[in-house]
Amino acid sequence: MSSTEIGESVEELTPKFVGARVKRREDQRLLTGQGAYVDDHHPPGLLQAAFLRSPYAHARIARLDTSAALTRPGVVAVLTSKDLVPLVKPVRAASKMREYKETSFPPLAVEKVRYVGEALAVVIAESRYLAEDALEWINVEYDPLPTVANAPTAAQPDAPLLHDEAGSNILLSREFARGDVDAALASAAVRVRDRFRFRRHATVCMENRGCLADYPAGTGELTLRSATQCPGLLRDALADLLDMPEHRIRVVAADVGGGFGAKSSLYPEEIVLCAVARRLKRPVKWISDRQEDLKTSTQAWDEIVDAELGLQADGTIIGLRADVTTDIGAYSIYPWTATLEPIQTISFLSGPYRMPHYRGRNRGVATCKAPMGPYRGVGRPVTTFVLESLMDRAARLLALDPAELRLKNYIRADEFPYKTPAGLVWDQASLTECMQKARDVLDADTTTRWRAQARAAGRWVGIGFATYIELTGVGSAIPVSPGMPIATGTEAAFLRIDPAGTVTATFSVAPQGQGHETALAQVVADALGVAFDSVRVICGDTALAPQGTGTYASRSAVLAGGAAIRAGQTLKEKALKIAGHMMESNPANLDIRDGQVFLRDKPERGLPFRAVAKTAYAGLRRLPKDMEPGLEVTRFYDPFFGTASSATHVAVVEVDTETYAVTIKRYIVVEDCGRIINPLIVEGQVRGGVAQGIGAALYEEVVYDDAGQLLTGSLVDYLVPTASELLPIEVHHIETPSPTTLGGFRGMGEGGTIGAPAAIANAVSDALSHLGIEINEIPITPEKLFRLVRAAEGTP
Amino acid sequence: MSEPNERSQTITLRVNGTERRGQVEPRKLLVDFLREDLGLTGSHVGCEHGICGACTILVNGEAARSCLMLAVQANGAELMTVEGLAPQAGEPPALPGKTGQLHPLQAAFWEHHGLQCGFCTPGMLMTAYDLLQTNPMPSEAEIRAGLSAVLCRCTGYQGIVEAVQAAAETLRARRGDR
Repeated sequence: MSSTEIGESVEELTPKFVGARVKRREDQRLLTGQGAYVDDHHPPGLLQAAFLRSPYAHARIARLDTSAALTRPGVVAVLTSKDLVPLVKPVRAASKMREYKETSFPPLAVEKVRYVGEALAVVIAESRYLAEDALEWINVEYDPLPTVANAPTAAQPDAPLLHDEAGSNILLSREFARGDVDAALASAAVRVRDRFRFRRHATVCMENRGCLADYPAGTGELTLRSATQCPGLLRDALADLLDMPEHRIRVVAADVGGGFGAKSSLYPEEIVLCAVARRLKRPVKWISDRQEDLKTSTQAWDEIVDAELGLQADGTIIGLRADVTTDIGAYSIYPWTATLEPIQTISFLSGPYRMPHYRGRNRGVATCKAPMGPYRGVGRPVTTFVLESLMDRAARLLALDPAELRLKNYIRADEFPYKTPAGLVWDQASLTECMQKARDVLDADTTTRWRAQARAAGRWVGIGFATYIELTGVGSAIPVSPGMPIATGTEAAFLRIDPAGTVTATFSVAPQGQGHETALAQVVADALGVAFDSVRVICGDTALAPQGTGTYASRSAVLAGGAAIRAGQTLKEKALKIAGHMMESNPANLDIRDGQVFLRDKPERGLPFRAVAKTAYAGLRRLPKDMEPGLEVTRFYDPFFGTASSATHVAVVEVDTETYAVTIKRYIVVEDCGRIINPLIVEGQVRGGVAQGIGAALYEEVVYDDAGQLLTGSLVDYLVPTASELLPIEVHHIETPSPTTLGGFRGMGEGGTIGAPAAIANAVSDALSHLGIEINEIPITPEKLFRLVRAAEGTP
Repeated sequence: MSEPNERSQTITLRVNGTERRGQVEPRKLLVDFLREDLGLTGSHVGCEHGICGACTILVNGEAARSCLMLAVQANGAELMTVEGLAPQAGEPPALPGKTGQLHPLQAAFWEHHGLQCGFCTPGMLMTAYDLLQTNPMPSEAEIRAGLSAVLCRCTGYQGIVEAVQAAAETLRARRGDR
């Protein structure tokens, strides 16, 4: 154990916690079965909910009769949209974006259903078993409507309409441009283009969604426990929809079993359960089963991208143009709207390269599928796949080394801050350093020789690079989703030092495995100069937390970390003033370390921090003149532009010449996420992110048939990687503190997933380059490879 | 919680060394009985079709999916859940940093960052426990194959595999194997 690890003895610790490989304090309860996930709560009088869900992709509800279900054993209530009308407003995800058509997303279907799995009614009963029994007794008749099966056909003028109020299935269109891309491409020495297809994916959190609403009539406080990433965001939205004062609503997300974006939106079930609990004055719980989760949790990344890249003969990029069609599913989700994924594709498509001329266009098209929402990386996994594939094709045409071509075109160190064609601002990134280190780790020369030898032996082996740059810690200048009504650039830290000197740090960010209780305690401990163990972190409870939204978009380290530094500094300043008064010393000559206040020039003279804390509450008589008692503060932080994170990923793969299965032989990540708070957690996030990227690249696909039926409604059909499919991921850091954020932190929760599909696709293209095969579709399944190889060989 | 009714049967079983009794409907899943009737919420329900493995427990010493068994099928059985791995572990300490009475597998998961959200962790621990019972010194490939019965979406499995390797070492040293 190194000296920077938290071991058996607190005394062994070095004073600095940020940067240390601190083992997580969350783990004790999670390892012993003492976690507190939503489903672990069983308050007295608990009722359970089960939802009736549409088996049709698109149908008018001809008849919906719940009277028989109401008579079944244990049934307390059965509600349809008619019952909800007086209880809740319809959800309308608004955006000020031009050419966005706002539509309604009713919590229970009104008049018609628009995707398989959409809820029409809810049964509330004494147990989930009895609630599900009663579902069978709801009498429902559907008049099927033509299915709006996929984005290209849904975008046709004569396509059946999903939302009459929109007048079109195209719910948004947007263009970002710089320069004159058509002229630039016309003058290009080399042009590479293709139609890329990134298939629909699901997040598959191991904990299905679920929530528990309680409304004790006595207090008039509505408490929603939910498996959500965004308690603050939900609280604000529910207050509006239920027409309740915000301070009467409490949203709690205690332990949450994974999120990855799918638990960051407001869901129909959360609204319904709040309305029901409020009406029945009894606690009500709903826990999704896996099939419900696969049918109704937001899905992701379903895009067709026509892209063309032009370069000069020496390999200098001169322009990129792209048309993106995004299948946004049946509804526009709150608060992100259907614009989230589409806008981010054309925002990020210009990548880490100098891009003088650019035009990215996107259409978001509604179809009969589960709503599209954020999933780890949002837009970036798709755009990185597209752009990095075009870069490799250009390298092949120009007979250049793919790494050299990238190095030639990266945004240079002296060009930061760099404004992208879409208007994002990259504060700084270590693009060149990441690539150079990646090549060193790979031992590029040796690996290239190995590849030549393997190929000579008839093996299909390849090496693939992918570099990305992404915006993290998003501030108010560039919203997560432009034009939406909620502010995502603001978070806060509430710090309370009690008279015994222990610290409670409360945040509105809410983790689902990212280790906030540990990492944020490290930041607070350093900011105050106290021991790690004296700081307790509380997240995920709006009744305790300062105003904020939650954990998403790689923002917690940057925003909550920044707010924690501010709050810690404020309290440290006050504590030193009190200590100065107590010690009859100038506060400027004092500092705090290891929970001890000391004189800088006479470190042996000092007093325990807890003595200062006690004095802070001892009344005016003991305090400096005009100081008010107490050691508490709430500080906010808005990083304004956000900060860039970047990485280069390298995949070495082999394609089996008989089964066409892809095996990853090595996987390397060299990333720069700024100052690292806890390397243990960072490496876990990177590896987990890469695992999801590998799953996305090779195994996972949400499949709907032409009738809009979900064919991947179980974990037998939707294949997430097991331990056997994965390998040790080699993670290396370039640690360049962000020049623009407090603490120098950059976000890093999503990067692993962003780089992996691109690196793997490029490695597979390299492995099959002797056949002229270029991968343009994700996932890369054995069947697809078999067809590509047969076509390339001219065999049917 | 489903209330006992005229179809209910009485079952008696041992869970983590303690005799427990219950009145259950024949259709009640074993995992629901453990979680709702016995309050042992450490075993998690992730898929209810035997794929994710979050509900894995030991039934008469062998790993089993408690979502694929009915409670009545466990009548007379000896069960072990994650709560039984380290019964002395106690409450989360005010001062974290003490491995205390954790089972070597739990301690190794902690040391090697073998968990993030923690939802799969109980099933992962019980599956690893079963694996090390039958194969005390597994290779990395054997660990990966053994753990492929449980899905983790957070970690990429690397910390888990390292933890199981480390726990195997600790247990071997405890037994005094050569």
